Amino acid sequence: MLNLLARDVKASMSIYDASEDKVYGLLAEFAHPGELLHAAEAVHEAGFRHFDTHSPFPIHGMDKAMGLGNSLVGWITLGGGITGLALATLMQWWMGAVAYPINISGKPFFAIEPSIPIMFELTVLLASLATAAGMFAMNGLPRPYNPLFYSKNFLRVTDDAFFLHIAASDSRFDQQATAKMLQDLGASAVETIHDHGTEEND
Amino acid sequence: MSTASTDKNLAHLADFHDEVPLVKGNLKFHDITEIVSSHTEKKTPFAWYGAFSLALAGLMLLLGMIAYLFWNGTGVWGLNNPVGWGYAIVNFVFWVGIGHAGTLISAILFLFRQQWRTAINRSAEAMTIFAVICALVFPTIHVGRVWAIYWTLPLPNQMGMWPQFKSPLLWDVFAVSTYFTVSLVFWYIGLVPDLATMRDRAKGKIRRLVLGVASMGWTGANRHWRNYEKAYLLLAALATPLVLSVHSVVSFDFAVSIVPGWHTTIFPPYFVAGAIFSGFAMVVTLLVIARKIYGIENIITVEHLEKMNIIILLTGTMVGFAYITEFFIAWYSGVQYEQYAFVNRMFGPYAWAYWTMMSCNLFFPQFFWFKKLRRNVTFMFIISIFVNIGMWFERFVITVTSLHRDYLPSSWDYYTPTAVDALTFVGTFGLFFTLFLLFLRFMPMVAIAEVKGVMPEADPHFYDHEGDGHHAEHAVEPSTQQ
Repeated sequence: MLNLLARDVKASMSIYDASEDKVYGLLAEFAHPGELLHAAEAVHEAGFRHFDTHSPFPIHGMDKAMGLGNSLVGWITLGGGITGLALATLMQWWMGAVAYPINISGKPFFAIEPSIPIMFELTVLLASLATAAGMFAMNGLPRPYNPLFYSKNFLRVTDDAFFLHIAASDSRFDQQATAKMLQDLGASAVETIHDHGTEEND
Repeated sequence: MSTASTDKNLAHLADFHDEVPLVKGNLKFHDITEIVSSHTEKKTPFAWYGAFSLALAGLMLLLGMIAYLFWNGTGVWGLNNPVGWGYAIVNFVFWVGIGHAGTLISAILFLFRQQWRTAINRSAEAMTIFAVICALVFPTIHVGRVWAIYWTLPLPNQMGMWPQFKSPLLWDVFAVSTYFTVSLVFWYIGLVPDLATMRDRAKGKIRRLVLGVASMGWTGANRHWRNYEKAYLLLAALATPLVLSVHSVVSFDFAVSIVPGWHTTIFPPYFVAGAIFSGFAMVVTLLVIARKIYGIENIITVEHLEKMNIIILLTGTMVGFAYITEFFIAWYSGVQYEQYAFVNRMFGPYAWAYWTMMSCNLFFPQFFWFKKLRRNVTFMFIISIFVNIGMWFERFVITVTSLHRDYLPSSWDYYTPTAVDALTFVGTFGLFFTLFLLFLRFMPMVAIAEVKGVMPEADPHFYDHEGDGHHAEHAVEPSTQQ
């Protein structure tokens, strides 16, 4: 049960387990974003869930084509922001009114008005840091090892190539049938990716 | 799809919207990668070493001046009563102001879907970070007892002492350091996909390793882009009020005091407009040179520069309007000290500084009303230099003219900076250009992934109904809403 949950969470980060014969998945290349979008739509409709598209830039409509909902990063931002606001309020009240009260022209030791700038700054600061950290965490980054890096062709993914990767861990995955489906969808090349682990054996 | 039909499609789109494409020269995705990353991969040009040596000499000068200051104390500056705030605060506000353009471009223009920002946002953000570093030098060194600077931070200490949160100077500590941190995070997040691009092109093992670590294993997965884009949007939404707040807080340093000439409610918006004005001028100054040397005129086009000049014209006029408003309010207030402060600015011993400011900030940008002039690269470079000078003088005028003749005529004085003051300021340019040249040498100076993303070919529907462009036109619509 817990294993299954962990597997799904990892899949949402585009991290998949290899099959027993070390097959990680199939990597298909498509000519342009339009083809990739249609292929992703078709693969999702065919019932696949452990798959991802890789492109040099985000493609409009891809989330919908892949059947992905809204990103949850916003909740982490909200959490960070609330923490920052609470921290700034508590800090200014405690330091100014409790730990080290100084009478300056008879002004109150703690009041909301002069506290607003720092309340705002810390809200923004913690919300931003939480957004960045949350984004990387939800993406499973940093991830120094990725079996896809074994593919020489995949080096072009950050340049001008568009890939669709179906993981072997998907319940519908069948090496021959899935490869054929990808070819029928118009893939210019389909490559089997093996997960050799980090030891250098090839 | 064949190249010919893509070109036809592009031409058709340009005609349809009467809009110049963001990327010129029929560049493909790969060309963008190539143009931008090749500059970080080729052998270091000789000219770069020349420029870098000069910048490094400036940095050494700065370090020397700081060492001299620490050894002798702030007496080496031209400060005395009544002008207790001189170059340090002027330079601080000057550099922080310059920093504002980067975040404006990366955050506010992003929220307004101004897609032309993609060509310039990376270098403008880099400029922001380096300018804020230069700015942070001054408040740090101006405290006199620099070893006690950590008192500004809420750190537990053996004295049981805590910072005084009612002081605008402390708000400044939080505002500027938050601004720096958020700008850095924003910049880095934008860099990750481009560092991955450079990693995948890297030849050497060490280069691949360093870029591999820095790019965190980015593979352009859509599941990643989904969170990435959301995070980018949220950071833009957070940075937008932040950029407006930073210079507002800086202006509180003045406005919360009761010095005539400082105690005005117009300061926050007026400072923000001035900051954006000076920042854009600096971006134009830097990019006019960089795009030429790096041969990226097809990515940072004249249209991009023209749009920046329009912002310079707009904000310059807003700043000029604020100068006049200030003067009017001083007269209208009926307070003689307030009135005197402004008459003294215009016709007193610092009239030369006031009129330099007025002509550089209000008068010269008005030339940008003419389309021909704002598209002329040489002309805009000259104007941008004028604006940089003018905005430095604005801070000088605000700081010095308000202080040098205070309520008590017997204490009036004329403030003159010393050589140490001037050389410290010159030295910060060394620091700035050292960092900026390192950036140009080792980092992708244009946001590769973002530029690709705004090209018409990036839209999946560009390829529907091949050739007729019927669907593709819909795709570029956001970029045309100026």
